[in-house]
Amino acid sequence: MAFGSAGTLFALSGGVFTPIDLAFAADNREAAARLGTPLFVQISDTHIGFNKDANPDVRGTLAGSIDLVNAIAHQPEFIIHTGDITHLSRPAEFDAAQQLLSGLKASELHTVPGEHDVADATQSEYFQRFGRASGNRGYYSFDHRGVHMVGLVNVMNFKPGGLGILGDDQLKWLATDLAARTPSTPVVVFAHMPLWSIYDAWGWGTGDADQAIALLRRFGSVTVLNGHIHQIVQKVEGNITFYTARATAYPQPAPGVGPGPGPLTVPADKLASMLGVTSVSIRRDQPAAILIDAPLS
Amino acid sequence: MPANLIRSAFAAGAIAASLFSPLAAANARQASAVVIKNFDFAPMSLTVKPGATVTWKNLDGEPHTITSADGLFRSGALDTNETYSFKFDRPGTYKYVCSIHPRMTAAIVVK
Repeated sequence: MAFGSAGTLFALSGGVFTPIDLAFAADNREAAARLGTPLFVQISDTHIGFNKDANPDVRGTLAGSIDLVNAIAHQPEFIIHTGDITHLSRPAEFDAAQQLLSGLKASELHTVPGEHDVADATQSEYFQRFGRASGNRGYYSFDHRGVHMVGLVNVMNFKPGGLGILGDDQLKWLATDLAARTPSTPVVVFAHMPLWSIYDAWGWGTGDADQAIALLRRFGSVTVLNGHIHQIVQKVEGNITFYTARATAYPQPAPGVGPGPGPLTVPADKLASMLGVTSVSIRRDQPAAILIDAPLS
Repeated sequence: MPANLIRSAFAAGAIAASLFSPLAAANARQASAVVIKNFDFAPMSLTVKPGATVTWKNLDGEPHTITSADGLFRSGALDTNETYSFKFDRPGTYKYVCSIHPRMTAAIVVK
Protein backbone atom coordinates (compact mmCIF):
# COMPACT_ATOMS: atom_id res chain seq x y z
CA MET A 1 0.00 0.00 0.00
CA ALA A 2 1.39 3.39 -0.93
CA PHE A 3 0.80 6.39 1.27
CA GLY A 4 0.84 10.09 0.59
CA SER A 5 -1.33 12.52 -1.25
CA ALA A 6 -3.53 15.37 -0.10
CA GLY A 7 -3.61 15.93 3.62
CA THR A 8 -5.31 18.70 5.47
CA LEU A 9 -3.82 21.10 7.93
CA PHE A 10 -6.29 22.97 10.05
CA ALA A 11 -4.90 26.04 11.76
CA LEU A 12 -7.23 27.48 14.33
CA SER A 13 -6.79 30.90 15.78
CA GLY A 14 -9.27 32.72 17.99
CA GLY A 15 -12.21 30.79 16.58
CA VAL A 16 -11.37 31.52 12.92
CA PHE A 17 -11.11 28.31 11.00
CA THR A 18 -8.64 28.07 8.13
CA PRO A 19 -8.39 24.82 6.20
CA ILE A 20 -5.22 24.44 4.19
CA ASP A 21 -4.65 21.53 1.86
CA LEU A 22 -1.16 20.24 1.51
CA ALA A 23 0.14 17.81 -1.08
CA PHE A 24 2.02 15.04 0.62
CA ALA A 25 4.85 13.10 -0.92
CA ALA A 26 4.49 9.41 -1.69
CA ASP A 27 6.27 8.05 1.35
CA ASN A 28 5.52 7.94 5.03
CA ARG A 29 8.31 10.26 6.12
CA GLU A 30 7.06 13.23 4.12
CA ALA A 31 3.46 12.58 5.10
CA ALA A 32 4.55 12.19 8.71
CA ALA A 33 6.55 15.42 8.56
CA ARG A 34 3.31 17.25 7.80
CA LEU A 35 1.87 15.86 11.01
CA GLY A 36 4.16 18.27 12.84
CA THR A 37 5.06 17.71 16.45
CA PRO A 38 1.90 16.42 18.00
CA LEU A 39 1.18 16.12 21.67
CA PHE A 40 -0.91 13.10 20.74
CA VAL A 41 -2.43 11.34 17.80
CA GLN A 42 -6.07 10.27 17.57
CA ILE A 43 -6.83 6.91 15.97
CA SER A 44 -10.46 5.90 15.59
CA ASP A 45 -12.87 3.28 14.28
CA THR A 46 -10.40 0.52 13.50
CA HIS A 47 -13.26 -2.09 13.43
CA ILE A 48 -11.00 -5.12 13.64
CA GLY A 49 -13.19 -8.04 12.56
CA PHE A 50 -14.90 -6.21 9.71
CA ASN A 51 -14.43 -8.04 6.42
CA LYS A 52 -17.01 -6.78 3.93
CA ASP A 53 -16.63 -4.98 0.61
CA ALA A 54 -15.96 -1.54 2.02
CA ASN A 55 -12.59 -2.83 3.25
CA PRO A 56 -11.66 -6.53 3.22
CA ASP A 57 -8.41 -5.78 5.07
CA VAL A 58 -9.00 -3.57 8.10
CA ARG A 59 -5.92 -5.07 9.77
CA GLY A 60 -3.82 -3.89 6.85
CA THR A 61 -5.20 -0.35 6.91
CA LEU A 62 -4.67 -0.15 10.68
CA ALA A 63 -1.10 -1.40 10.24
CA GLY A 64 -0.59 1.24 7.55
CA SER A 65 -1.96 3.93 9.85
CA ILE A 66 0.42 2.81 12.58
CA ASP A 67 3.33 2.94 10.12
CA LEU A 68 2.34 6.52 9.32
CA VAL A 69 2.30 7.51 13.00
CA ASN A 70 5.59 5.71 13.62
CA ALA A 71 7.24 7.71 10.85
CA ILE A 72 6.67 11.02 12.71
CA ALA A 73 10.10 12.44 13.55
CA HIS A 74 9.12 13.73 17.00
CA GLN A 75 6.85 11.04 18.34
CA PRO A 76 3.60 12.01 20.05
CA GLU A 77 3.60 11.56 23.81
CA PHE A 78 0.56 9.31 23.65
CA ILE A 79 -2.18 7.93 21.44
CA ILE A 80 -5.92 8.11 21.96
CA HIS A 81 -8.35 5.68 20.34
CA THR A 82 -11.87 7.05 20.17
CA GLY A 83 -13.55 3.68 19.93
CA ASP A 84 -14.93 0.92 17.71
CA ILE A 85 -11.62 -0.80 18.22
CA THR A 86 -13.35 -4.04 17.18
CA HIS A 87 -16.34 -4.76 14.98
CA LEU A 88 -18.17 -7.43 16.99
CA SER A 89 -16.57 -7.23 20.48
CA ARG A 90 -15.13 -10.70 19.94
CA PRO A 91 -12.09 -11.76 22.02
CA ALA A 92 -10.05 -12.62 18.92
CA GLU A 93 -10.78 -9.16 17.52
CA PHE A 94 -9.62 -7.43 20.69
CA ASP A 95 -6.51 -9.62 20.71
CA ALA A 96 -5.66 -8.75 17.12
CA ALA A 97 -6.31 -5.04 17.67
CA GLN A 98 -4.11 -4.94 20.76
CA GLN A 99 -1.37 -6.81 18.97
CA LEU A 100 -1.43 -4.32 16.09
CA LEU A 101 -1.61 -1.27 18.38
CA SER A 102 1.38 -2.56 20.35
CA GLY A 103 3.39 -1.82 17.20
CA LEU A 104 3.05 1.91 17.88
CA LYS A 105 6.32 3.51 18.96
CA ALA A 106 4.31 5.78 21.26
CA SER A 107 3.49 3.16 23.83
CA GLU A 108 1.00 5.12 25.94
CA LEU A 109 -2.51 4.36 24.68
CA HIS A 110 -5.76 5.75 26.09
CA THR A 111 -9.06 4.41 24.80
CA VAL A 112 -12.78 4.92 25.05
CA PRO A 113 -15.23 2.30 23.77
CA GLY A 114 -17.45 2.54 20.74
CA GLU A 115 -20.81 0.79 20.56
CA HIS A 116 -19.13 -2.01 18.56
CA ASP A 117 -16.82 -2.60 21.54
CA VAL A 118 -19.62 -3.20 24.06
CA ALA A 119 -21.78 -5.37 21.81
CA ASP A 120 -20.99 -8.63 23.60
CA ALA A 121 -23.83 -9.97 25.73
CA THR A 122 -22.14 -9.16 29.05
CA GLN A 123 -20.42 -5.93 27.90
CA SER A 124 -17.24 -7.14 29.57
CA GLU A 125 -14.70 -7.82 26.81
CA TYR A 126 -13.69 -4.17 26.39
CA PHE A 127 -13.36 -3.59 30.14
CA GLN A 128 -11.30 -6.73 30.70
CA ARG A 129 -8.68 -5.22 28.45
CA PHE A 130 -9.05 -1.47 28.76
CA GLY A 131 -11.11 -0.94 31.89
CA ARG A 132 -8.39 -0.34 34.45
CA ALA A 133 -7.84 3.34 33.65
CA SER A 134 -11.47 4.10 34.49
CA GLY A 135 -12.12 1.52 37.20
CA ASN A 136 -14.33 -0.21 34.65
CA ARG A 137 -16.64 2.81 34.46
CA GLY A 138 -15.37 3.79 31.00
CA TYR A 139 -14.76 7.47 31.84
CA TYR A 140 -11.58 8.96 33.32
CA SER A 141 -9.14 11.84 33.02
CA PHE A 142 -5.40 12.34 32.93
CA ASP A 143 -2.93 15.14 32.29
CA HIS A 144 0.01 15.69 29.96
CA ARG A 145 2.10 18.85 29.81
CA GLY A 146 -0.64 20.79 31.56
CA VAL A 147 -3.33 19.65 29.14
CA HIS A 148 -6.29 18.02 30.86
CA MET A 149 -7.53 15.00 28.90
CA VAL A 150 -11.01 13.63 29.62
CA GLY A 151 -12.26 10.34 28.19
CA LEU A 152 -16.03 9.92 28.22
CA VAL A 153 -18.24 6.97 27.32
CA ASN A 154 -21.53 7.61 25.53
CA VAL A 155 -22.31 4.19 24.06
CA MET A 156 -23.80 2.35 27.02
CA ASN A 157 -27.22 2.32 28.66
CA PHE A 158 -28.82 3.74 25.56
CA LYS A 159 -32.38 4.90 25.76
CA PRO A 160 -34.32 3.08 23.03
CA GLY A 161 -34.59 5.16 19.90
CA GLY A 162 -32.16 7.68 21.33
CA LEU A 163 -28.78 9.13 20.66
CA GLY A 164 -25.57 8.61 22.56
CA ILE A 165 -25.92 9.11 26.31
CA LEU A 166 -23.54 10.17 29.05
CA GLY A 167 -25.88 9.64 32.00
CA ASP A 168 -26.19 11.39 35.34
CA ASP A 169 -23.35 9.56 37.14
CA GLN A 170 -20.83 10.44 34.46
CA LEU A 171 -22.02 14.05 34.27
CA LYS A 172 -21.69 14.37 38.07
CA TRP A 173 -18.18 12.95 37.87
CA LEU A 174 -17.31 15.35 35.04
CA ALA A 175 -18.51 18.34 37.03
CA THR A 176 -16.31 17.36 39.97
CA ASP A 177 -13.35 16.55 37.75
CA LEU A 178 -13.47 19.90 35.94
CA ALA A 179 -14.21 21.98 39.05
CA ALA A 180 -10.63 21.49 40.22
CA ARG A 181 -9.22 23.05 37.02
CA THR A 182 -8.47 26.69 36.31
CA PRO A 183 -10.08 28.17 33.18
CA SER A 184 -6.68 28.58 31.53
CA THR A 185 -6.08 24.83 31.52
CA PRO A 186 -6.41 23.50 27.97
CA VAL A 187 -9.00 20.74 28.02
CA VAL A 188 -9.42 17.92 25.51
CA VAL A 189 -12.54 15.77 25.76
CA PHE A 190 -12.72 12.58 23.74
CA ALA A 191 -15.63 10.19 23.33
CA HIS A 192 -16.82 7.86 20.60
CA MET A 193 -20.13 9.31 19.49
CA PRO A 194 -20.27 12.98 18.55
CA LEU A 195 -20.90 15.26 21.52
CA TRP A 196 -22.82 17.62 19.27
CA SER A 197 -25.75 17.14 16.98
CA ILE A 198 -24.48 16.25 13.51
CA TYR A 199 -27.37 14.14 12.22
CA ASP A 200 -29.79 12.86 14.83
CA ALA A 201 -31.72 10.62 12.42
CA TRP A 202 -28.61 8.45 12.11
CA GLY A 203 -27.75 8.60 15.81
CA TRP A 204 -24.92 11.06 15.19
CA GLY A 205 -25.23 12.98 18.42
CA THR A 206 -25.45 12.61 22.20
CA GLY A 207 -28.74 13.39 23.91
CA ASP A 208 -27.34 14.89 27.13
CA ALA A 209 -24.09 16.31 25.74
CA ASP A 210 -25.38 19.85 26.28
CA GLN A 211 -24.89 19.37 30.01
CA ALA A 212 -21.25 18.39 29.48
CA ILE A 213 -20.62 21.26 27.07
CA ALA A 214 -22.09 23.70 29.61
CA LEU A 215 -19.42 22.54 32.10
CA LEU A 216 -16.71 23.22 29.52
CA ARG A 217 -17.69 26.74 28.50
CA ARG A 218 -15.69 28.48 31.20
CA PHE A 219 -12.40 27.09 29.89
CA GLY A 220 -10.26 29.15 27.53
CA SER A 221 -9.37 26.28 25.20
CA VAL A 222 -11.52 23.20 24.73
CA THR A 223 -11.12 20.57 22.03
CA VAL A 224 -13.80 17.90 21.64
CA LEU A 225 -12.66 14.87 19.65
CA ASN A 226 -15.04 12.16 18.51
CA GLY A 227 -15.20 9.26 16.06
CA HIS A 228 -18.17 7.08 15.07
CA ILE A 229 -19.07 8.77 11.79
CA HIS A 230 -15.93 7.78 9.85
CA GLN A 231 -15.43 11.22 8.33
CA ILE A 232 -14.24 14.63 9.35
CA VAL A 233 -16.78 17.17 10.44
CA GLN A 234 -15.90 20.19 12.53
CA LYS A 235 -17.51 23.08 14.33
CA VAL A 236 -16.16 25.97 16.38
CA GLU A 237 -18.28 27.46 19.13
CA GLY A 238 -16.48 30.20 21.01
CA ASN A 239 -13.53 28.57 22.72
CA ILE A 240 -14.74 25.04 21.94
CA THR A 241 -13.60 23.22 18.79
CA PHE A 242 -15.56 20.07 17.88
CA TYR A 243 -13.87 17.65 15.55
CA THR A 244 -14.58 14.14 14.32
CA ALA A 245 -12.04 11.75 12.84
CA ARG A 246 -11.71 9.50 9.85
CA ALA A 247 -11.72 5.78 10.49
CA THR A 248 -8.82 3.50 9.68
CA ALA A 249 -11.39 0.85 8.64
CA TYR A 250 -13.90 2.22 6.12
CA PRO A 251 -15.70 5.44 5.21
CA GLN A 252 -19.38 6.20 5.79
CA PRO A 253 -21.70 8.36 3.74
CA ALA A 254 -22.18 12.05 4.38
CA PRO A 255 -25.15 12.84 6.65
CA GLY A 256 -28.43 11.86 5.02
CA VAL A 257 -26.88 10.61 1.79
CA GLY A 258 -28.38 7.15 1.36
CA PRO A 259 -30.52 4.89 3.54
CA GLY A 260 -28.31 4.76 6.62
CA PRO A 261 -24.90 5.14 8.25
CA GLY A 262 -23.51 1.83 6.99
CA PRO A 263 -20.12 1.14 5.42
CA LEU A 264 -19.55 3.05 2.19
CA THR A 265 -17.88 1.08 -0.58
CA VAL A 266 -15.66 3.25 -2.78
CA PRO A 267 -13.31 2.32 -5.63
CA ALA A 268 -10.26 0.53 -4.27
CA ASP A 269 -7.87 3.26 -5.37
CA LYS A 270 -9.92 5.85 -3.48
CA LEU A 271 -10.18 4.00 -0.15
CA ALA A 272 -6.89 5.05 1.44
CA SER A 273 -7.59 8.75 0.89
CA MET A 274 -10.76 8.42 2.97
CA LEU A 275 -9.06 6.75 5.94
CA GLY A 276 -6.59 8.33 8.31
CA VAL A 277 -5.47 9.57 11.71
CA THR A 278 -5.40 13.01 13.34
CA SER A 279 -2.45 14.70 14.95
CA VAL A 280 -3.24 17.17 17.72
CA SER A 281 -0.98 19.86 19.14
CA ILE A 282 -2.04 22.29 21.81
CA ARG A 283 -0.65 25.77 21.38
CA ARG A 284 -0.21 27.95 24.44
CA ASP A 285 -0.37 31.25 22.62
CA GLN A 286 -3.80 30.80 21.16
CA PRO A 287 -7.00 29.32 22.47
CA ALA A 288 -7.43 26.45 20.06
CA ALA A 289 -5.67 23.23 19.18
CA ILE A 290 -3.91 22.50 15.93
CA LEU A 291 -5.46 19.47 14.30
CA ILE A 292 -3.75 17.87 11.35
CA ASP A 293 -5.34 15.04 9.43
CA ALA A 294 -3.25 12.55 7.58
CA PRO A 295 -5.12 10.25 5.24
CA LEU A 296 -3.55 6.95 4.40
CA SER A 297 -3.07 8.10 0.85
CA MET B 1 -25.02 -20.69 29.08
CA PRO B 2 -28.76 -20.54 28.59
CA ALA B 3 -28.37 -19.20 25.05
CA ASN B 4 -26.48 -22.33 24.01
CA LEU B 5 -29.09 -24.57 25.54
CA ILE B 6 -31.78 -22.69 23.71
CA ARG B 7 -29.90 -22.97 20.42
CA SER B 8 -29.54 -26.75 20.85
CA ALA B 9 -33.16 -27.09 21.92
CA PHE B 10 -34.27 -25.16 18.89
CA ALA B 11 -32.14 -27.35 16.61
CA ALA B 12 -33.72 -30.46 18.11
CA GLY B 13 -37.17 -28.93 17.72
CA ALA B 14 -36.44 -28.04 14.11
CA ILE B 15 -35.46 -31.61 13.32
CA ALA B 16 -38.62 -32.87 15.01
CA ALA B 17 -40.75 -30.34 13.14
CA SER B 18 -39.30 -31.40 9.80
CA LEU B 19 -40.71 -34.89 10.33
CA PHE B 20 -44.21 -33.41 10.09
CA SER B 21 -45.70 -31.54 7.16
CA PRO B 22 -42.95 -29.38 5.70
CA LEU B 23 -45.45 -26.63 4.99
CA ALA B 24 -46.76 -26.62 8.54
CA ALA B 25 -43.22 -26.68 9.84
CA ALA B 26 -42.23 -23.82 7.57
CA ASN B 27 -45.27 -21.83 8.63
CA ALA B 28 -44.50 -22.46 12.27
CA ARG B 29 -40.90 -21.33 11.83
CA GLN B 30 -41.97 -18.31 9.82
CA ALA B 31 -44.46 -17.20 12.46
CA SER B 32 -41.75 -16.98 15.09
CA ALA B 33 -39.02 -15.44 12.98
CA VAL B 34 -37.73 -11.90 12.87
CA VAL B 35 -35.31 -10.69 10.24
CA ILE B 36 -33.05 -7.70 10.54
CA LYS B 37 -32.74 -5.81 7.29
CA ASN B 38 -31.84 -2.20 6.48
CA PHE B 39 -31.49 -1.27 10.15
CA ASP B 40 -35.03 -2.52 10.91
CA PHE B 41 -36.49 -5.46 12.78
CA ALA B 42 -39.16 -7.10 10.61
CA PRO B 43 -41.78 -7.47 11.87
CA MET B 44 -41.43 -4.67 14.42
CA SER B 45 -44.04 -6.35 16.55
CA LEU B 46 -44.37 -10.12 16.55
CA THR B 47 -47.06 -11.95 18.47
CA VAL B 48 -46.40 -15.51 19.60
CA LYS B 49 -47.94 -17.98 22.05
CA PRO B 50 -46.35 -18.69 25.44
CA GLY B 51 -43.65 -21.32 25.04
CA ALA B 52 -42.75 -20.23 21.52
CA THR B 53 -39.15 -19.75 20.49
CA VAL B 54 -38.41 -16.66 18.45
CA THR B 55 -35.43 -16.71 16.10
CA TRP B 56 -33.81 -13.57 14.79
CA LYS B 57 -31.58 -13.54 11.72
CA ASN B 58 -29.36 -10.65 10.70
CA LEU B 59 -29.50 -10.04 6.96
CA ASP B 60 -27.66 -6.71 7.10
CA GLY B 61 -24.03 -6.06 6.29
CA GLU B 62 -23.76 -4.35 9.68
CA PRO B 63 -23.80 -6.31 12.92
CA HIS B 64 -26.79 -5.92 15.20
CA THR B 65 -27.81 -7.17 18.62
CA ILE B 66 -31.09 -8.18 20.21
CA THR B 67 -31.04 -6.55 23.62
CA SER B 68 -34.16 -6.65 25.75
CA ALA B 69 -35.17 -3.49 27.55
CA ASP B 70 -35.47 -5.30 30.88
CA GLY B 71 -32.31 -7.42 30.67
CA LEU B 72 -34.15 -10.67 29.99
CA PHE B 73 -32.32 -11.57 26.78
CA ARG B 74 -29.14 -10.33 25.10
CA SER B 75 -27.76 -11.82 21.91
CA GLY B 76 -24.37 -10.14 21.69
CA ALA B 77 -23.19 -8.97 18.28
CA LEU B 78 -24.68 -10.91 15.35
CA ASP B 79 -22.68 -10.75 12.15
CA THR B 80 -24.38 -11.12 8.76
CA ASN B 81 -26.48 -14.34 8.59
CA GLU B 82 -25.99 -15.15 12.25
CA THR B 83 -29.06 -16.07 14.27
CA TYR B 84 -30.20 -15.88 17.85
CA SER B 85 -33.12 -17.62 19.53
CA PHE B 86 -34.99 -17.07 22.75
CA LYS B 87 -37.88 -19.00 24.25
CA PHE B 88 -40.70 -16.88 25.67
CA ASP B 89 -42.53 -18.76 28.39
CA ARG B 90 -44.61 -16.03 29.99
CA PRO B 91 -47.25 -13.73 28.49
CA GLY B 92 -46.25 -10.11 28.20
CA THR B 93 -44.83 -7.47 25.90
CA TYR B 94 -41.07 -7.67 25.58
CA LYS B 95 -39.47 -4.55 24.13
CA TYR B 96 -35.96 -4.80 22.72
CA VAL B 97 -33.42 -2.73 20.83
CA CYS B 98 -30.24 -3.15 18.88
CA SER B 99 -27.57 -2.02 21.35
CA ILE B 100 -25.28 -0.95 18.50
CA HIS B 101 -27.96 1.11 16.74
CA PRO B 102 -30.41 2.05 19.49
CA ARG B 103 -32.84 3.74 17.12
CA MET B 104 -33.82 0.19 16.10
CA THR B 105 -36.61 -0.82 18.45
CA ALA B 106 -39.16 -3.62 18.33
CA ALA B 107 -41.21 -5.90 20.55
CA ILE B 108 -42.31 -9.47 21.02
CA VAL B 109 -45.88 -9.84 22.29
CA VAL B 110 -46.56 -13.13 24.04
CA LYS B 111 -50.20 -14.02 24.50
